[in-house]
Amino acid sequence: MSGSGSPPRQASQVEVADLARDEPLLFERSAPGRCGCSLPRLDVPEVDPGALLSPDQVRADLPGLPELSEVEVVRHFTRLSTWNTAVDLAPYPLGSCTMKYNPKLNEKVARLPGFSAGHPLQPDALRQGLLELFHRLEAQLAEISGMDRVTLQPAAGAQGELAGIMMIRACHERRGERRSKVMVPDSAHGTNPASAALNGYQVVAVPSGEDGILRPEAVEAAMTEEVAALMITNPNTLGLFEEHIQRITGIVHAKGGLVYGDGANLNALLGVARPGDMGIDVMHFNLHKTFSTPHGGGGPGAGPVGVKEVLAPHLPIPVVREAAGGGFELSEDLPHTIGRLHGNLGNVGVLVRAFAYILSLGAEGLRRCAEMAVLNANYLLARLRDAYHVPYDRPVMHECVLSDRNLRDAGVTTLDVAKRLIDYGFHPPTIYFPLIVPGALMIEPTESESPEELDRLVESLLAIEREARENPELLRSAPHRTRHGRLDETRAARKPVLRWRPDPASD
Amino acid sequence: MAKYDIPEHLRYSEEDEWARLEGNRVTMGITDYAQQQLGDIVYVELPELGRVLDAGEPFGVIESVKAVSDLYAPVAGEVVEVNEVLAEQPEAVNEDCYGDGWMIAIQVDDASTLANLLDAAAYLKHVNDRSE
Amino acid sequence: MIEARPLRYIPHTRDDVRRMLEVIGRPRVEDLFAAIPVELRLRRPLALPEPASEQEVLAELERLAGANANARSHDWFLGAGTYSHFIPSAVDALVSRAEFYTSYTPYQAEISQGTLQAIFEWQTMMCGLTALDVSNASMYDGASATAEAALMAMRITRRNRVAVSASLHPHYRQVLDTHLAGLRAEIVTIPRGEDGRSEPVADFVDGETAAVILQQPNFLGIVEELSEAAEAAHAKGALLIASVTEALSLALLRPPGEAGADIACGEAQSFGVPMAFGGPHLGFLATRAELVRQLPGRLVGETADARGKRGFVLTLSTREQHIRRERATSNICTNQGLCLLMATIYLALLGRVGLRKLAEMNLAKAEYAKARIRETPGLALACSAPTFNEFAVRLPLPASEALARAERAGIIAGLDLRPHLPELGPALLICTTELNGRESIDRLIGILAGGGS
Repeated sequence: MSGSGSPPRQASQVEVADLARDEPLLFERSAPGRCGCSLPRLDVPEVDPGALLSPDQVRADLPGLPELSEVEVVRHFTRLSTWNTAVDLAPYPLGSCTMKYNPKLNEKVARLPGFSAGHPLQPDALRQGLLELFHRLEAQLAEISGMDRVTLQPAAGAQGELAGIMMIRACHERRGERRSKVMVPDSAHGTNPASAALNGYQVVAVPSGEDGILRPEAVEAAMTEEVAALMITNPNTLGLFEEHIQRITGIVHAKGGLVYGDGANLNALLGVARPGDMGIDVMHFNLHKTFSTPHGGGGPGAGPVGVKEVLAPHLPIPVVREAAGGGFELSEDLPHTIGRLHGNLGNVGVLVRAFAYILSLGAEGLRRCAEMAVLNANYLLARLRDAYHVPYDRPVMHECVLSDRNLRDAGVTTLDVAKRLIDYGFHPPTIYFPLIVPGALMIEPTESESPEELDRLVESLLAIEREARENPELLRSAPHRTRHGRLDETRAARKPVLRWRPDPASD
Repeated sequence: MAKYDIPEHLRYSEEDEWARLEGNRVTMGITDYAQQQLGDIVYVELPELGRVLDAGEPFGVIESVKAVSDLYAPVAGEVVEVNEVLAEQPEAVNEDCYGDGWMIAIQVDDASTLANLLDAAAYLKHVNDRSE
Repeated sequence: MIEARPLRYIPHTRDDVRRMLEVIGRPRVEDLFAAIPVELRLRRPLALPEPASEQEVLAELERLAGANANARSHDWFLGAGTYSHFIPSAVDALVSRAEFYTSYTPYQAEISQGTLQAIFEWQTMMCGLTALDVSNASMYDGASATAEAALMAMRITRRNRVAVSASLHPHYRQVLDTHLAGLRAEIVTIPRGEDGRSEPVADFVDGETAAVILQQPNFLGIVEELSEAAEAAHAKGALLIASVTEALSLALLRPPGEAGADIACGEAQSFGVPMAFGGPHLGFLATRAELVRQLPGRLVGETADARGKRGFVLTLSTREQHIRRERATSNICTNQGLCLLMATIYLALLGRVGLRKLAEMNLAKAEYAKARIRETPGLALACSAPTFNEFAVRLPLPASEALARAERAGIIAGLDLRPHLPELGPALLICTTELNGRESIDRLIGILAGGGS
């Protein structure tokens, strides 16, 4: 989709003057003899691989790769890029994703050769700038979250969860306890129970209360000495602050359990409140959410983990320390570590971007993120609540959840609303999550969106609600303004075609 | 309001499965309500012949594009037949869930256990209790 | 509450805020946080500095970057899992397009076809390179990809034992240990033989073995014999996993799938992804068609819309955490998406002929270095078996001293092998790529032999 140019404060159809270009697969463009790269002159003697290795150790050819000039490759991928939407084009109000603006300064600093051309195994003495950055970023994240120590190693939030649960397990084992269960609220992100299961734990679901937040009684009923931990997201996936968090963490601690905090929604709390003050023992950060690093079409992200001192002995190695003679070093000297989690030091390029972001915003800027994110979400809720069903009628933090309940009589679902919103120039919000709200529409604007942009979103959603009553078929067959109509996901799953093949057998 | 087909002559489990007794064999599958809830079925994982199941034991998995559900044995017994068609045509579960979409046949020791299952009226109530 | 100073990433003015609060029906922004108990609200600002201008942040980051040696400031002979290759300019130019790097996971297929088609192209090329049927849309890195491959084999075979070559990258082995620790699994180590290859695998596989893991080429750069390992593994119902740290080797060596590997995994950083101190890199994982349902990570499949127009979607999602939750194949959600795009562009630029030529060039550089080493007194190759672009050298002086001398001459000479293989005596693991000129190789050899300052 091309960009939108609609003026603010109008119910708007996006003006899409789209010269949509088709582009085949690389292999369909390929022609023998073309090459997109010139190699330098070989300044050493040529060798015959078949002579050095036995001939059956050497492959004859690379049939799966295309042959294209640089021009064709650049045209190919440039055209492909025009088929995507992106934060730089239009809002992505995806709940719990925090699709905020990706600062260009961060791209510049990550590309400095002193960061992009370094090697994970080079001596510490030759990378003091990097280690100082690690040390300061750890301290920044600890201050922001109220945790005591931080590891920057995990490559994503899910890997951070894995590390956190591993540390919890190691802590209990060191105490001589065998605990077999982890409590997870029914509103939790799927990575939570998956991470628990990967550590050999049985997952116990804790139901949310009727008001959308966890009740201490429910946690108390489920909390036994067999439970190693409670995993909790605060604010939760309904955008609600878990008001009983202190009592809840107290209940878990009283029976020797620990509390894992999923930090996906930290944007609502920056500078306002800190998980470490709420009884959280270990939490992960999503740098690609709260800290502005770009989503890159699916990654890379980074999922640093903060811990209280009780879990510090179990941090993954290597850890960053101040060196005896000054400066910093990496150390594997941590006797009770859970071990190495990442092959190297983590997604360093992402860490550099987040560090630059935190420097750019400072204390005041981070707090403003939380304030404006929460303001934006409440503004959307206030303007949409009459048209859309609100399952939990409570003040929200940085995201709000609506549902399609009011549209069911018209035979229109959340999916239809989402697909029609694409025609208005927006990426849809998160749909069908959290699972506890049937037909959920989870909307997180972030602080990056101006009031004008929010008004456009509101007016689009209001227009869609009218369309649902007047012309539901328009929604059910949406989107209409994209290169493709709705794609057949059933066919893709029933008859998976996961690679291109030379014979024209596919369709 | 969606209408769900619930044949009178079958028995039903609370896990939205149907069962049909023929001699000492019970054939089972999932109900029309279940297949509508799941959406387009893309894959069905069924057990090997000869597997012995307890009543209520999960024996397989059914997947749609967006959801996954366990399959549970409605009665105890040995798996004596498996519907091979579903490997190539999982859509048969959507199109004819009580006929071509059958899943397995269990040889039961004790046919009276079928009485533990719900009749059509009780299953309809079970469906209505859960629909909004 | 709203300071006068505007923040460049947050648009709201005082007037904006006032108007929005009116619509919401609350007098102050603070009131929106009422759900947070008073005792939990911070009563002081965060102990962080003031907001900084771009100019100030850039200066600070340049200062920090300036204190790091890197492959532009030094001649680089250090590989060992992360490789210094030339990245064509078009790669960064293309991934810097906002529609690629500021876009999200392609769950809404109609507005993500650029990302999805590129992933489909990646999957196709990785199948071609590994000679397997299906490749996923990336893992975090080679180490975690290898761990996930082991877990996958354990699920498929329902067995708990894994036989791992001693010549698997030490970090990969550590990461594998970490991932298996909570799951009652057992790891058996296959020793290294005299010539640097792994010992015959048959002695280390039994009816409880889920998988055999060999690295190809192995940690010492040596080309392993995979088909023997495949036979031995399959004879006992186990899978063979080939883990690759130097993906460029796939352009030269017999593909793992052809040699009998059931799963190929590892690190594709060599395909156009910056070294960047070890991340973000690009784990890959490929397998045979029958095993696809146990493959973790995202998969892109071909399909069509109602008018029959070809398009691509994420598919077989029921394997993943957002649907299967605790019974998912893995907990992975965010992957290494943009790095995958870099690699896809890189492979398209190099292509069928270019990539092979590049691999042969790497081999030629290493063979030249090895020939010079053989004729230089005091130096000796540690292993006799053939290698690709990395090899181990025994030195006449402590490795740390050789490294220090080299560094003073502007050369990062390789990896000190003492922490990993003390039995070799003083030794370095040296990698030569297309970026190492003949002169620079000659200088390196001179320094290692005891010359230089």
